[in-house]
Amino acid sequence: MSSASFKGRKDKQLIMLNPETKLIPDLSKPAMAATRDGYGKGLMTAGEKDDRVVVLCADLTESTRCEEFKKKFPERFIEMGVAEQNLALVASGMANYGKIPFAASYAVFSPGRNNEQIRTNISLNNVPVKIVGAHAGISVGPDGATHQALEDIALMRVQPNMVVVVPCDAVEAEKATLAAAVNDKPTYLRLGREKSAVFTTPATPFEIGKAITLRDGADVTIIGCGMLLYNALMAAEELSKEGIECMVVNSHTIKPLDEKTIIEAAQKTGAVVSVEEHQVNGGLGSAIAELLAKNQPTPQEFIGLQDRFGESGTAEELIEACGLDIAHIKEAVKKVIARKK
Amino acid sequence: MSNYISESKIQELEIKANEARELLIEMLTEAGSGHTAGSLGMADIFTAFYFHILNHNPKNPDWAERDRLILSNGHICPIRYVAMAMSGYFPLEELKTLRKFGSRLQGHPEREKLPGVETTSGPLGSGLGQACGMAYAARMDKKPFRIYCAMSDGEHDEGSLWESAMFAGKNKLSNLTGIIDRNNIQIDGFTENVMPLENLRAKYEAFNWHVLEVDGHNIEQFIDAIEEAKAIFEKPTVIIAHTIPGKGLPEIEFDPAWHGKSPKPEEAKKFLNELRTLGGKIKSEHQ
Repeated sequence: MSSASFKGRKDKQLIMLNPETKLIPDLSKPAMAATRDGYGKGLMTAGEKDDRVVVLCADLTESTRCEEFKKKFPERFIEMGVAEQNLALVASGMANYGKIPFAASYAVFSPGRNNEQIRTNISLNNVPVKIVGAHAGISVGPDGATHQALEDIALMRVQPNMVVVVPCDAVEAEKATLAAAVNDKPTYLRLGREKSAVFTTPATPFEIGKAITLRDGADVTIIGCGMLLYNALMAAEELSKEGIECMVVNSHTIKPLDEKTIIEAAQKTGAVVSVEEHQVNGGLGSAIAELLAKNQPTPQEFIGLQDRFGESGTAEELIEACGLDIAHIKEAVKKVIARKK
Repeated sequence: MSNYISESKIQELEIKANEARELLIEMLTEAGSGHTAGSLGMADIFTAFYFHILNHNPKNPDWAERDRLILSNGHICPIRYVAMAMSGYFPLEELKTLRKFGSRLQGHPEREKLPGVETTSGPLGSGLGQACGMAYAARMDKKPFRIYCAMSDGEHDEGSLWESAMFAGKNKLSNLTGIIDRNNIQIDGFTENVMPLENLRAKYEAFNWHVLEVDGHNIEQFIDAIEEAKAIFEKPTVIIAHTIPGKGLPEIEFDPAWHGKSPKPEEAKKFLNELRTLGGKIKSEHQ
């Protein structure tokens, strides 16, 4: 799919968008919703489909959007208190027994605080616990640096057996939740607090491990995950007007990485910009760089936190201050194109 | 006189426990590393579990209705491996592969490697939470089997263990029985010097557990406590089993230095002789 050209659509502005991705008709007017809301919806469906699905939450039931599940399936909801180590342990025991546990907290605490419990008792044990890390990224905003998980992707992707998924919007988060419920693997699901653009639709394809080429272009590939993908698409639209055509790839699964799609994209465009709400050390950008260094060495620029913590502020202010906004993505695209020669 | 077990059965278990100690010394010596003191100290209890207490099927380790025995302090897995081999999970011969490359008997037990170990363990303070998860799930499904969790005393330094203890008390997990190997040693010395645990009974009681204390080398007492735990309806039970680290070999008993090392071949010869002659009281055919 990535090597195909999507020309031929009548709408001039969106001429390079991949029609197979069935995005919303007007990208400039998206509805707004948080990925945690999509998770909450997906959880209800997962719970209805399979009574082995149980939910454990560490005193954050409403804000991690486990509340509706708790109301509908009280006997399958387990309140853990503020005890993230035990959250991972009890979930491990339940999965080992045969349940499908979703273990929810904020990402700074889980997989932050309880990393070793996850490593030994979920990843090495290879039991299908779904670790739900909410309020991830800088966009948590006013809570400040203590609550902005910016290293969770790195923590999770270095553990063998662990699947790592970062949905780009609420609709994709719902699909990711349903997919995680049936994949029979330890899985990390990263969610955001802030409402963000909903630009995919129920018809947009989603499969864990399969990246989606949202837009075609020959000059550079922007590969992103999470809510910043919308910024990547907007940057691509603006750059198109300047004569720069960006391919945009939604790499919602960081592990296992869709190697084929990413290598082909790098081959075609010869330059890559990675975009994520995470430290540039160890996240999606690193995963891409590791892959390409081995298979298709390609100049790459990294949009993400440049080895710094966040601070209090609105999501919008912080995204700009930390260099994650449309302007910075455009700048990175131009910089990497200049490095192609 | 126990209501739960006959004199002859107790004697049979005591003989088995002595056999287990011999196999332990042999396997640890062959391995060249491993945890001797705690393994010896828990030989009586593991023998009681595998040959009397557990409802299990060595030929079908994943049998869904089995009792679950979680070993939280995974470093004493040699005694579990011995008890498993003796009860037919795998050939005794395989004990010689302990800690060797390619072995199913990893230095710390792994669920994916060896069926029957229930879970991967070693990093301390993590078994009880998993046992809680199993007990909670089993109760949801109205399963009658029991969950046992063997822990060390030293691992009670871990905060995560107390999170789990609080959870079990809150949820009245009466199908869960914890067993603490109260041998008073840990790597850096005696527990009460490294980080005092007492009053351990009062701590568990404060967490809404039913607490029993036994001599961990008195198989009859231990089995009675296990049976009493089954009768406690509103609380999880913990059995504080007072044990002697290195039990069976007087010259290493209570010595923290033997927490994490294995016997050298010449020591093993002496130790095996002691075990086979019950400390010189009887003549052994092995002599």
